[in-house]
Amino acid sequence: MNEYIGIVFILIGVLFDLFGCIGLVRLPDVYNRLQAATKCVTLGTCGIMFGIFLMQGFNEIGVKALVSVPLIFITSPTAAHALARGAHIAGVRLWKKSVCDKYEDDKKHMGKEKPAP
Amino acid sequence: MNMDQVILGCVAALVAICFMCLYRAWRGPTVADRMVAIDILGILVVGFCPLWAVYTERGFLMDIALAWLLLSFIGTVTLAKYLGGQQLDE
Repeated sequence: MNEYIGIVFILIGVLFDLFGCIGLVRLPDVYNRLQAATKCVTLGTCGIMFGIFLMQGFNEIGVKALVSVPLIFITSPTAAHALARGAHIAGVRLWKKSVCDKYEDDKKHMGKEKPAP
Repeated sequence: MNMDQVILGCVAALVAICFMCLYRAWRGPTVADRMVAIDILGILVVGFCPLWAVYTERGFLMDIALAWLLLSFIGTVTLAKYLGGQQLDE
């Protein structure tokens, strides 16, 4: 019975990976691609790992798959955040139909605040 | 349907998804696009390793998955710091 629940988790994970990479190919901008791909691929890979754990149980493969689930949940959004910040500082433009850029306002605000003290 | 056939189908789908990531790494207009694509490719390989470990019943592939996950994270954060024009200890 656990094998069937695990295979359902694995299929859902592969489907999330597919949607994330379709977003990576089709969306127009670095930031759009980053948010689509990172969120979907993180959840999809965690689904695959949890399905493998349900299929295998507490043996050599299953425990390592269970350990890697929180590691992926911590490291992948951190890397995406660092990438978005680095791309914005390096001057990668937003898409021309984007309506909101709060980080640009923050950078201007910080530039004004800095010489005051 | 046998369980191994389903896992083999998932492996084939993941390989096709990895080629979509490589397309973005090839055609990316900026450097940040290529870095995003390589980061996502690393996470996809981490998902590929346990499936192949279950299919071939070789446990050491999970060690490769964990090491690849941490090294991909360190490499992406380092390149992002370099892209932002910062030193590594800031």
